[in-house]
Amino acid sequence: MSKENQLIFEKSREGKKGCSLPEDELSTMEIETLIPEKHLRQKEPELPEVSEVEVVRHFTALSHKNYGVDSGFYPLGSCTMKYNPKVNEDAAQYSGFSETHPHQPQKMVQGNLKLLYELEQKLVEITGMGRFSLQPAAGAQGELAGLMIIKKDLKNRGVSDQKTEIIVPDSAHGTNPASATMVGFEVREVESNERGLVDIGQLKELVGEKTAGIMLTNPNTLGLFEEDILKIAEIIHQAGGLLYYDGANLNPIMGKVRPGDMGFDIIHLNLHKTFSTPHGGGGPGSGPVGVTEELARYLPLPLVEKNEQRYVLDNDRPDSIGKVRSFYGNFGILIRAYSYLLAAGAEGLEQAAEDAVLNANYLKEKLKTEYDLPFDRICKHEFVLSGSRQKEQGVSTADIAKRLLDFHIHPPTMYFPLIVDEAIMVEPTETESKETLDHFVEVMNQISREAQTNPQKAQNAPHNMVVGRLDETEAARSPKLRWHPEQ
Amino acid sequence: MMPYLPHTEQDRNDILAEIGINSVSELYSDIPEEILLEDKLKLNDSLSELDIKKKMKELSDQNHDLTEYISFLGAGVYDHYIPSVVNHIISRSEFYTAYTPYQAEISQGYLQAIFEFQTMISELTGLQVANASVYDGASAAAEAALMSTSINRNRKQIVVSRSVNPESRKVIKTYCQAADLELVEVPLCDGKTNKQELADVVDEGTAGVIIQNPNFFGLLEDLSELSRPIKKAGAVFITAADPVALGLLEAPGNLGADIVVGEGQSLGNPQNFGGPHFGFFAVAEQYMRRLPGRVIGETEDKSGNRGFVMTLQTREQHIRRARATSNICSNQALNALAATVYLSLLGKKGLQTVAELSTKKAHYTAQKIEKLTDFKMTFSGPFFKEFAVSTKKDKTELNDYLHENNYLGGFDLQKEYPELQNSILLAVTEKRTIEEIEKLVSLLEAVK
Repeated sequence: MSKENQLIFEKSREGKKGCSLPEDELSTMEIETLIPEKHLRQKEPELPEVSEVEVVRHFTALSHKNYGVDSGFYPLGSCTMKYNPKVNEDAAQYSGFSETHPHQPQKMVQGNLKLLYELEQKLVEITGMGRFSLQPAAGAQGELAGLMIIKKDLKNRGVSDQKTEIIVPDSAHGTNPASATMVGFEVREVESNERGLVDIGQLKELVGEKTAGIMLTNPNTLGLFEEDILKIAEIIHQAGGLLYYDGANLNPIMGKVRPGDMGFDIIHLNLHKTFSTPHGGGGPGSGPVGVTEELARYLPLPLVEKNEQRYVLDNDRPDSIGKVRSFYGNFGILIRAYSYLLAAGAEGLEQAAEDAVLNANYLKEKLKTEYDLPFDRICKHEFVLSGSRQKEQGVSTADIAKRLLDFHIHPPTMYFPLIVDEAIMVEPTETESKETLDHFVEVMNQISREAQTNPQKAQNAPHNMVVGRLDETEAARSPKLRWHPEQ
Repeated sequence: MMPYLPHTEQDRNDILAEIGINSVSELYSDIPEEILLEDKLKLNDSLSELDIKKKMKELSDQNHDLTEYISFLGAGVYDHYIPSVVNHIISRSEFYTAYTPYQAEISQGYLQAIFEFQTMISELTGLQVANASVYDGASAAAEAALMSTSINRNRKQIVVSRSVNPESRKVIKTYCQAADLELVEVPLCDGKTNKQELADVVDEGTAGVIIQNPNFFGLLEDLSELSRPIKKAGAVFITAADPVALGLLEAPGNLGADIVVGEGQSLGNPQNFGGPHFGFFAVAEQYMRRLPGRVIGETEDKSGNRGFVMTLQTREQHIRRARATSNICSNQALNALAATVYLSLLGKKGLQTVAELSTKKAHYTAQKIEKLTDFKMTFSGPFFKEFAVSTKKDKTELNDYLHENNYLGGFDLQKEYPELQNSILLAVTEKRTIEEIEKLVSLLEAVK
C-alpha cells in the first residue's frame, strides 16, 4: 500500500499522541477503587496513535480527494447543491450560539428561542402553512414526522382502521414509500401520464375509502409543475385524505406560489437544499415539518411561543405525536438558514427561484439536441434527460457520469427518477454563472460525440481521479466494513 | 440584493433569448393563475453581510453561553474539550460543501474518513459492524428498536429501562407508536434497571430491550447480568453508550449486546443547543443487512487500488422503496468526521485519559458534596462522570445562586422523574479543575 493511501490506523505508532490533556490533579485517586473491575475494559480499543501534525495532514489529504460545491459545478438533481454562504458559517460559530446547552434555563437562551420563533414565522410565510416544528434532523425525518401526524389525525377522527393507504407517484423520491411503510401505511403507486404528471384518471381509480393521503413533490422529480394540483387536492380531500408536500423541490417556486395555497396539509422542507445550508457530506441537514392550523396540535414537542417579552418552550401539547429527535433539532443548521433568509429577504428568494428556473431551462434547451429529452416542456429547477441514445452506442448513463469526473464536474443525479430510462437529472441551481453552464454544455456535448467516435473513453472513465472506477458489486458481495489490524 | 446570484441583467436577458421567450413569467405559465402569489412575501428586506453579522451577533449575545459559565450540566450533552484541529478540519469546504458520496471516485476523502469512523465505532463498542452514523443518540435508539422487530418478526413489544435518557425514551415512544409497537418501561431500583422487573416483563413477545450504560444518572448497569433474561427470551439486547466512557468501560459487545447505539456529541462536537450531533449505531455481524442508514465498504478499482464506496445499498430506500430497512438516506457525516478527527488526535490512551479524568473529578466532586450537611447522594451504586445528589435546599434558589456566580448547576431530575423531587444531576468532565469544583461546593454550601 502506497503511503498516500494509508488509513489513519496504518500510520499509527505506539506512544504518539495528537493532543495535550490537562494534568491529573487527582493522581492519588485510583480508578480501580472507583469503578469495580468487572466494568472496566479488558482490552484497549484499537484507536490510532498519531501526532497532531500527522492527523492534520491525513485529513487535509483526504479533503483533497473530495469535492464540494466550493470545488466546482455540482448539478445533482433533486439535491439543490447551491452555494453555501460563508457568513452563515461564521454566524453559526458565534459562541453565543454554539456554546449553549439544550437544558439551560430558558431565560439564559432567549436569543436561541427568538431565532427559532422567527425562523418558524419566516417558513410559515414562505410556504403558506400554519405552523412548523424545526425538530426533524433531515428531510426523511420530516417526512416521517409528517406521516405520523397523518396517522394521529386519522386516529383522532376514528378512521385509522379503514384509512390505511398512502398514494405515491411512480416518480417519487424513494423516501416517500419508505417513510409511509415505517408508519404502517400501505403504499399505492400512481403512474405518471405522457406529460410527466400525475395521471388524474388513474388517481381517481386509486382513491377511495382506504385513502389516508397522497405524498407529492411539486414541482415533481421531473422538474415539472403538477398543473392539476388543485384537482388532485380536491380528489384527495373529498375522500377524507390529506396532502403531503415533499419540500425537496421548493427552490424554484419561492415567492411565486405556496404549498399551503395549493391545498397541502403537511409539508417538510430541506433547509440544506432550499435555504443554502451546507450538505456536510450527507448531513447534518434539517427537515422542518409544517402543517395547517388545524393540524398544528399534532406537531412534535416542543414549540416556541412568545408571551409578552419572553420566548418560551411549550411542552404542554397533549395531542402532539411526541418527539422525533432530542431537543430542538439541528440548531446549528437552523442558524444558517435564518442567516440566509436575512440576506435574501423576499426579493432575494424570488430572484433565486427565477434564476434557478432560468438556468435549468437554459441547460435543457442547450442539451436537448445531443440528448433525448422525454418531457420537452417548460421545466422548473431541474429536468431529466435520457442517455438512451448514448446507451445504444455503448455508453451508459453511469459511463457519462464517470466521464464527467474527468472534467472536474460533479455528475447529475443518475438513474432517477425510475420512470425515465438511463435518466440524467440535472439541477444547476441559481448560484451558477452562465459561463459555468456553457462549460457544462460543452463537456456534455463532447461526451455525447465521443460516444459515437470513441465509446471506450467513457467506458473506462474516470481517467484522472485518485482511483479508477470502483467495483461496487464486489463491495456488496463480500462486505469489508472496517479496518482490521494485521494479525 | 444578496451577492450569491452571479447573473447580471444582461445574462438573464441573454438566457431568455436563448430559451426563446420574452420574460421569466412565461416560465411560470404552467402554474394555475388562481394560486400564483400577487404580492411579495412579507419578509425582511435583504441585509448586507455586515448587517447580518450585527444582527446575528446581537441575537447570540442574548444568550448566556458557556464561555461565561463553569458548567456542571450534562444529562446527555457534555462539556468535553474539543482540540482546535477538529474545527479546522471540518471547516474544509471540500468536506462540508459536499453531498452524500454517490460518485465514489470523486468522494474518496469522505468515504475513507467514514470507513475509519466505522472502524473506531466498531472498536469502541466491541461489535463488528458500524454504520456511517444517524441523526442523534435518541433516534439511533428508536431505529434500533425498529430493527429488533425486523430481526424478531411477529414480536411487537419493546422494553426500555426507565434509566435510559428521557429524551431518548420520548423519541423511542414516538417511533413505537407510529409502528404500532407496545412499549413497556422497566422501573428503577436505586437508580438502576430493576433486574427482577426486567426478568418478569421480557418474554417471547419481546423484540428488543434497551438499556443505557452508564445510565441517565451516570450509574453503571450490570450488562452481563441484565443480558441473561433478554437472551433467554430471544430478544435483541440493545445498549446505549457514552462513547467517552467506552475508553474506560468494557465494550458492550463483550457483555452480550447485539446492537450498541449512542449519542456521539462528546466526541469533538460543540453542544450547539442540542444539535447537530450524531448517533452511532453498531451491530453484530449477522445483522449487518438489517442496518438502517448508510454503510461504507472497502473495494478496489480495476488496477487493484484500494478504494471505498457506499455499500449494502439494497437495504435502502432509493432501491427498495417501500421495503427498505429504514427511510434514512443520509448520515451526520460532518459530525462523524469531527468524531473521527477527535479520536485520531486522542488515540487509545487519550480517550482513556479523558474518561479517567472525568471519572476521578466526578468522584472528587461527589465526595465533597456528600460531606455538606444538606446534601446526600441520591443513589448508591458505582458511577462514571455523572451523579445525582438530593438536597434539602430549594433547587430553584440553588441554581439561581449558582448562575449569579457564573456557575451552571445540574439538571433538575424532577422535570423527568417526579419521584426524584429533591435531586439534581451533576456532570463533571476533564475540563473542570479542582479549584472550580471546590468553588462549586462552597457555593452549594453557601446558598440558603
